[in-house]
Amino acid sequence: MALFDHKISELKQMLHRKEISVSDLVDESYKRIQEVDGKVEAFLTLDEERAREKAKQLDNEIGKKDTYGLLFGMPIGIKDNIVTKDLRTTCASKILENFDPIYDATVMRKLEEAEAITIGKLNMDEFAMGSSTETSAFKKTKNPWNLEAVPGGSSGGSAAAVSAGEVPFALGSDTGGSIRQPAAFCGVVGLKPTYGRVSRFGLVAFASSLDQIGPITRTVEDNAYLLQVISGLDPMDSTSANVEVPDYISALTGDIKGLKIAVPKEYLGEGVSRESREAVLAALKVLEGLGAEWEEVSLPHSKYGIATYYLLASSEASANLARFDGVRYGYRSDNAETLIDMYKQTRAEGFGNEVKRRIMLGTFALSSGYYDAYYKKAQQVRTLIKKDFEDVFEKYDVIIGPTTPTPAFKIGEKIDDPLTMYANDILTINVNLAGVPAISVPCGFANGLPLGLQIIGKHFDESTVYRVAHAYEQATDFHKQKPEL
Amino acid sequence: MSRISKEQVKHVAHLARLAITEEEAEMFTNQLDAIITFAEQLNELDTENVQPTSHVLDMKNVMREDQPEPGLPREVALKNAPDQKDGQFRVPAILE
Repeated sequence: MALFDHKISELKQMLHRKEISVSDLVDESYKRIQEVDGKVEAFLTLDEERAREKAKQLDNEIGKKDTYGLLFGMPIGIKDNIVTKDLRTTCASKILENFDPIYDATVMRKLEEAEAITIGKLNMDEFAMGSSTETSAFKKTKNPWNLEAVPGGSSGGSAAAVSAGEVPFALGSDTGGSIRQPAAFCGVVGLKPTYGRVSRFGLVAFASSLDQIGPITRTVEDNAYLLQVISGLDPMDSTSANVEVPDYISALTGDIKGLKIAVPKEYLGEGVSRESREAVLAALKVLEGLGAEWEEVSLPHSKYGIATYYLLASSEASANLARFDGVRYGYRSDNAETLIDMYKQTRAEGFGNEVKRRIMLGTFALSSGYYDAYYKKAQQVRTLIKKDFEDVFEKYDVIIGPTTPTPAFKIGEKIDDPLTMYANDILTINVNLAGVPAISVPCGFANGLPLGLQIIGKHFDESTVYRVAHAYEQATDFHKQKPEL
Repeated sequence: MSRISKEQVKHVAHLARLAITEEEAEMFTNQLDAIITFAEQLNELDTENVQPTSHVLDMKNVMREDQPEPGLPREVALKNAPDQKDGQFRVPAILE
């Protein structure tokens, strides 16, 4: 059994019994990266020197303190759109190729307080725009289960690194499915928290009304540990919510008797593969066996989610990415004589095609004469989509469906057709529009590639989401299977 | 009928401060046209009396005490600057 097959709770006990050291954990991570990252290509930057130094420091503290951080000595990988002080943060974009942040994101400060150790920064779609990690300017991350398949995206590096055993857990970010979809494709657990649950301070903004940071882990229990650490109100993020953070770990009771599950017919219908549908129906049987009840419901505006999302997210992105102008940080083109030309050349040379496409779409949707027809219309449809969820949650505890319509697709298969790539997000996107929390847990395989079960909860009810996910996980062994690399 | 012309695409690129080549203008015209056409399915819905959602949480102006705090030291603020002079960001000519 590899060290990282143990849960955080087990690793912590092993540390306290001195069966292992923090340095062993950090060694294990870099050793595994050395072995497999040439194939998987999940990491963009390693922070090895500081990680080893920190490990030594923590090893010296074992047995000498009264209290230990919740993640004491645990190695973690960080998606490269979360700013890390003095550690290169690129968003997988040429425009930030040489960017070393001057401050830490709030989640990094919280991880530091919890005494976790940052191993390095993980690959992603450029500025988190993509569903396959293929839009990274630097490398193509592979799916550890099949090196010809994509790991999903945009947090593809985070999911692949956890799946490949390079780190026991990682942080990702989710704007339209970017944690859950790669978690499903790579056979790991990924949670998008309620909008406002986790501070976005220091998350490089893509679509500010949708973005959330969340954990990607091997098990639901580890996921709860990580969310416990990163959640909460932050004075640096006015959209972080002043809502008490419950004890997520104590929510993992295994008891789901009487739980009311809604299964939207739109999530098992047209466009969803037979394998995904069958895996979900089998999962519902498992949950029934544990005492839950399920009924079919309708989220009637589901099919409008993709159009709504791409208009809103691109509009927000076009404003957020205006800051990359070659003046204060990042890449600057040498091919310009005047200021305006410098902006234009810098952005033309610094951004990839998907990012440009979304900036263009967003600029168009917000431009004079089109605002009402596109941007405002999409905001109104967002209200209808949000209400679909509210209506269902009046009678049900959770909503369950597949995380993705199909298992991971081949590298190169969809990258040239934006609309086909966007369609892949149909089952995850509405969750962001409604702002509710959702998790993906492994629920089967198709042709050797993992499938994910999506469990969606009410606003700020991550506890129920975790309870259901944990009960399901304990009754199955999909999460125990590992790719051979 | 196409939803967006090549001329409009060039204008949008200018607004977004993106230099684009003739070929890119062509490509973006086709792709944006397809995306916008797809997005027009939203017109199937009657949203006459529907309030727009810009934010999912029910929160309004978030206030805090206005307390002075030290700002960034100049050298830190300039640390990632592509070009600087005399403690300031330097840019190409603004006026021709």
